[in-house]
Amino acid sequence: MTGGMPGPHPDERMRPEGRRNSQGIRIDPEVEATHQPRRAVLSTLVKHEPGVLSEVSALFSRRQFNIESLTVGATDDPEVARMTIVIEEPEPGIEQAKKQVRKLVPVISVEELEPQAVQRELVLVKVDGAKPDDVNAVADMYDGNVVDASAEAITVEITGSAQKVDAAIEAFDQFTVREVVRTGAAAIDRGAETLRAERRTDTTAASTAETATDD
Amino acid sequence: MSEQAPVSPDTEGETTDTDTDGQSPAETLDERADERAEETPVTTGAQSVIRALENAGAEMLFGVQGGAIMPVYDALYDSEELTHITMAHEQGASHAADAYGIVSGKPGVCMATSGPGATNLVTGIADASMDSDPMIALTGQVPTNFVGNDAFQETDTVGVTQPVTKHSYFADDSDTVGDEVGEAFALADEGRQGPTLVDLPKDVTKGETEVQPGTPEKPDTYNPPTEADADWVAAAANALAEAERPVVLSGGGVIKADASDELRAFAKEYEIPVITTMPGIGSFPEDHDLSLEWAGMHGTGYANMAITNTDCMLAIGTRFDDRLTGDVETFAPDAEIIHVDIDEAEISKNIEADYPLVGDAKHVLRQLDDAMEAAYDAADSSPERYAEWREQCTEWKDEYPMTYDTPDDEPLKPQYVVERFSELADDDAIVTTGVGQHQMWASQFWEFTEPRTWVSSHGLGTMGYGVPSAIGAKLAAPDQEVVCFDGDGSFLMTVQELSVAVREDLDVTYVILNNEAVGMVRQWQDGFYEGRRMASEYPWIPEFDMLAEAFGARGFRLEDYDSVDEVIEKARSYDGPAVVDAIIDPAENVYPMVPSGGDNGLFALQEDHLDDI
Repeated sequence: MTGGMPGPHPDERMRPEGRRNSQGIRIDPEVEATHQPRRAVLSTLVKHEPGVLSEVSALFSRRQFNIESLTVGATDDPEVARMTIVIEEPEPGIEQAKKQVRKLVPVISVEELEPQAVQRELVLVKVDGAKPDDVNAVADMYDGNVVDASAEAITVEITGSAQKVDAAIEAFDQFTVREVVRTGAAAIDRGAETLRAERRTDTTAASTAETATDD
Repeated sequence: MSEQAPVSPDTEGETTDTDTDGQSPAETLDERADERAEETPVTTGAQSVIRALENAGAEMLFGVQGGAIMPVYDALYDSEELTHITMAHEQGASHAADAYGIVSGKPGVCMATSGPGATNLVTGIADASMDSDPMIALTGQVPTNFVGNDAFQETDTVGVTQPVTKHSYFADDSDTVGDEVGEAFALADEGRQGPTLVDLPKDVTKGETEVQPGTPEKPDTYNPPTEADADWVAAAANALAEAERPVVLSGGGVIKADASDELRAFAKEYEIPVITTMPGIGSFPEDHDLSLEWAGMHGTGYANMAITNTDCMLAIGTRFDDRLTGDVETFAPDAEIIHVDIDEAEISKNIEADYPLVGDAKHVLRQLDDAMEAAYDAADSSPERYAEWREQCTEWKDEYPMTYDTPDDEPLKPQYVVERFSELADDDAIVTTGVGQHQMWASQFWEFTEPRTWVSSHGLGTMGYGVPSAIGAKLAAPDQEVVCFDGDGSFLMTVQELSVAVREDLDVTYVILNNEAVGMVRQWQDGFYEGRRMASEYPWIPEFDMLAEAFGARGFRLEDYDSVDEVIEKARSYDGPAVVDAIIDPAENVYPMVPSGGDNGLFALQEDHLDDI
């Protein structure tokens, strides 16, 4: 083959001292540091119009953000819907996800909720109907309700945090679980804080620089 | 053809830039829209579509007819303001519109029917998306009552295109379709430019309406900032003032924001060496002392040395693509990064920004300029501080010269053809390319001095971009010389568009750097696949000079050094499309080269370096 140019061999060149990690962050070459994934709840207001859900979910899939759950529902404004998206990503990924979602045209605002925000999901558990009293007792333990019962099967409804729902499903295991239907999280900040459909006005660098929280 | 035209296309009045004197462009557009509504009110959805384009200031569209888009074409029949260029293939329409957008600075328009028409546009839309080129695509769709039934020529165009547009609209109402097209046009231009699409069901375009479209308005949810945060600007200025080895990395966003003047003034004022990205070629003159040309996989040795060893990088309008950074772990590892971008999602996406400046490049450069004096005072510093570094950069230029051999007894070297053409062409000539080795040689050996003169497919790397992009570029800048460097492989992918160049009598010179292979693939096979040349060499290809003649263009064959200047001049002086089939050394490879995912500072200058890095 031909082609090629004169110049010092790669081994004979000036070299920098520093190093970045695989996330493009400058690091001390002696200490390898990476961000561990964490769970983040993104409360997202979107225009209530066809195609929004697919636009948002397609974004998460093509950018390989790890979604734990995604719920959509109406708000008090008929033109606005809310998506509650739970993701698990290292810090830079969470920031990226927020900014990418914010860019979508039907998206009105994206906020990350405080870690202590109220988070609830609903689960419907269908178990064998052989021991109705025992099922009732376990349901009571988790503030659940029996919503359907027949000779073969009983369905229990439970609401609570993801951990509580996990625990409840485990507890029902003893009755042979036939089916589990979970909604994913609905979440809201504690206190007087609200996230309503005001037009986002602030997308300046300052807000991107404050990494951990967004409000 | 040799006539000197204004250096960059005059886009004042068409951009969303607000600081023009006197009457704002928006007012003028508004008045014209009112006049049109009064003189010839629209009565159908299709007329609204055309009217919206007129109101947006569009002048030209590139398209192909077909069943579901026929009502829109019928309305176009009556438009005195819009010129339609009938392309041979929808892919050609999308690339021509893309190039038109790059050169003119305002959204290029392409149009196709439903189904295959729409899917054929997708490559060009994806290309525009990767390179942030302003473009709007209009696609026909089956009538709304057929949508979802797998009707003839039905494709879920919104679904197919959504990942590669800023937004895809599905029009469902004859009353609102016009303003939706206007919104799509405005969105393509607003903030970080990019492609948008409006899908137009046939019943919506045929449907009656009395609603007159206004001037384009961007979506109310899309509000990119203009000015960067003042505190960050001050901090960034301090970082520059305290740096020892600063560089400016000028990306395509500088050209998109019409900020080349500001960039040049800034770099010259503070005497900071300038590296461009490939899409940023032309934002800074390559013949200036401070220019290190472009960095990345096949960038110059001196640019890659500087980008690796800098301690402070002012990066503007770049998304730190992997072809630029190589391995991110070794990318500018000593550098604090000042990242200027209008899209906040680019900040710290690939490379962490120490100083995020989210805003319009033109404005942020002015902000930074204003902050520099205080920063130098505070640091007791001045551009003198970088003198040693500048000297180092100049030394690298001597150490890693972009040279090549031209032995008489060997076939023609492609670099020589490019370099001679660059010498002979007008200073403001526009160069477009396909994708592959020829593209790299064109960008390495042509000397670019002006923005919007380099038109190429960077992010998507679309072979076949060359022939139609030259058409779009020429129509956007009819007074500028347009040269397309293409490869034999790329040329064959969209050769049918040559018929359009002939029909429209476009004075474009195509130069095929013909090595009878998909040369870049062949180069990689030789370098990384033990020379196993699978499907990269063409055992037979057409004689391109004769093919050109068959199309009605002028064909030339170029085989030896002695006739290079003569053939180039003949092709240039031919008044119409000319094709030069330049038979080049099939063994020639592109260097310098940073292997994929490699360390920029360890670029190979020759094949044997590849084994050592």
